[in-house]
Amino acid sequence: MVRYGAIAVGLFFSGWLFISFLVGGYSYVTEPPAATVEHEFHLAPKHVAFSFDGPFGKYDKAQLQRGFQVFKEVCSACHSLKFVAFRDLEALGYNEAEVKAIAKQWAIKTPSVDPATGEASTRDPVPADHFPKPFANNVAAAAANNNAIPPDLSLMTKARHHGSAYVYSLLTGFQDQPAELLKHFPDAKTPEGLHYNPYFANLNLAMAPPLSAEGQVTYGDGTKASVDQMAQDVSAFLTWTAEPKLENRHRAGLATIIFLLIATGLAYMSYQNIWADKKKAAV
Amino acid sequence: MSFPWAEQYTPKHPVMQWVDEKLPLPRLVYNAVGAGYPVPRNLNYFWNFGVLAGLALVIQIVTGVIMAMHYGANDLVAFGTVEQTMRDVNAGWLMRYAHANGASFFFIVVYLHIFRGLYFGSYKAPREMVWLLGLVIFLLMMATAFMGYVLPWGQMSYWGAKVITGLFGAIPVVGEPIQTWLLGGFAPGNASLNRFFSLHFLLPFVIAGVIILHIWALHIPGSSNPTGVEVKGPQDTVPFHPYYTAKDGFGAGVFLIAFSILLFFAPNFLGHPDNYIEANPLSTPAHIVPEWYFWPFYAILRAFTVDFFFIPAKLLGVLAMFASILLLFFLPWLDTSPVRSGRYRPTFRKFWWILLGDVAVLGYCGGAPAAEPFVMISQIAAAYYFAHFLIILPLIARFEKPLPLPGSITEAVLATYGKTDGETAAVPAE
Repeated sequence: MVRYGAIAVGLFFSGWLFISFLVGGYSYVTEPPAATVEHEFHLAPKHVAFSFDGPFGKYDKAQLQRGFQVFKEVCSACHSLKFVAFRDLEALGYNEAEVKAIAKQWAIKTPSVDPATGEASTRDPVPADHFPKPFANNVAAAAANNNAIPPDLSLMTKARHHGSAYVYSLLTGFQDQPAELLKHFPDAKTPEGLHYNPYFANLNLAMAPPLSAEGQVTYGDGTKASVDQMAQDVSAFLTWTAEPKLENRHRAGLATIIFLLIATGLAYMSYQNIWADKKKAAV
Repeated sequence: MSFPWAEQYTPKHPVMQWVDEKLPLPRLVYNAVGAGYPVPRNLNYFWNFGVLAGLALVIQIVTGVIMAMHYGANDLVAFGTVEQTMRDVNAGWLMRYAHANGASFFFIVVYLHIFRGLYFGSYKAPREMVWLLGLVIFLLMMATAFMGYVLPWGQMSYWGAKVITGLFGAIPVVGEPIQTWLLGGFAPGNASLNRFFSLHFLLPFVIAGVIILHIWALHIPGSSNPTGVEVKGPQDTVPFHPYYTAKDGFGAGVFLIAFSILLFFAPNFLGHPDNYIEANPLSTPAHIVPEWYFWPFYAILRAFTVDFFFIPAKLLGVLAMFASILLLFFLPWLDTSPVRSGRYRPTFRKFWWILLGDVAVLGYCGGAPAAEPFVMISQIAAAYYFAHFLIILPLIARFEKPLPLPGSITEAVLATYGKTDGETAAVPAE
């Protein structure tokens, strides 16, 4: 009885799935899905090598400091970094006094309360503070940015596929729309106020090219500030903001794997030893 | 119950004798997973996965309890407290990555455990109850994993919760009230997050309880084995300890190495980047996908695209998705072949491999965008899934001619060693 019922249920589900397949297949053949402009012109991130790649990867502190400088002088005007505190910058090689100075001189002030009157005011950030947000709220952010809210960058490199390469590709990927695109998809012309970038999911984004000219920042360590260099450096910095414990993780992982290999080898030997008398043919 | 030749617990130390008189807990453990439990001597490595699933649950509970100490179950702060755990809590990143990847490894070992059972006929009499309780554990795991994924309150958390509770909305008449009742509102919000946290904390201990029943039910007939031939005498078994504790120790090492590779060197490989974006009810992700371990079922859900007269396609998909798991509860009565092990069932074995490939295809389609050709592929694959369990298995049982079975476990073992280890056989026993 169970089996007859099962066969009936099975015939229903399988049969209806097969009919759905035929219906879907028929419309697939008669009206093949139209190619979309995103499908044709969206590009996967460029290949770019970083010092933190691979199981032994480490951050290059000089690069992180340069990337931080790009963030400070370019990105931070619009983008927040709300999960990172000034004190975290010590991981970049700054000492306590330097971190204190960076916080104190930060262009955006931390919201506070006037101790005398209780009214809303601002104060200089201290190392314990997280990076203050450039806009008071999303409405202000959208109003100042052509109706697009600049996303928080703390986790950006983990919030996109191949995030470090993605940020680098996006920053270096601004270009004019290809003639081919306009020929095949005339409706997909980049709207006024947006900017074409094939590394962005829907090809047009509100952010104008933030890194546009060589020497836009002046690196203290004498590195030539080409657009490519600045993009790599800020991608490395944003990888650190998203994954500050990467080096601890790699170190702990290596030690754990070595320990486990030895322990598992010993466990295998004791397994063989214990079973030795059972694995002989003559019992 | 145990076999008559099982070793008896005989405490030597007076303190242990005293404890045994008052509370025979050491005796219980001894008989459950110690030398007092005789186990077939021919288990292969696929029999390691039960213990490994238990290990995975322990890892989840330990890391989860620690994470709960730093978590704020409130929709305004949840995302931030998880980030704080990652950044400012000692070894917090380790706890969180271990917990997230631990869930994946829990499902990996449980899927291997289930497919082991399917191949070797472990669900057959007299072990039906073991199988049924195992499925209860599987369902509880799915509920726990789903609610756990909501807790970080990222984009996939939010939209996953919306889609999955929306499945109940497909039920006619009462569907929408049920969805509202489950969420505690009209959309996922603080009420949903709080109840999911509460249940996510509770259910692992329910799972632990059902695992005890699962092992209890297993100990009534004793463990199955790769030949599917029942134990006939003392020569067929070895005591669980030290023989299988040693083998499980080695298995646990291999498991932990694989787990560590992912945990330390690619901790976000199995996750979705969108869950590092804070939940935003106003912005729908381009593709809403669950975690990988739900993909086969998600593919079945989305495979129904055509209404069946008055039944909408969405409701059919929901019914089929639940049916795809519930049908496993009937498996012991669908496959009536008296032979357990796939080793001696030539036709069954071929279909088992097809099923394995079929579930892999369903998994792939479930993770892919809901577009052609993936929908068409998942329709064929889902059709096979139902046909396999509900039509093919009952028919094979009826028409298949099984291969001859070995006379006993020992006979099968000796045949193997006789072949591969012929020279040792010539050496006289000491």
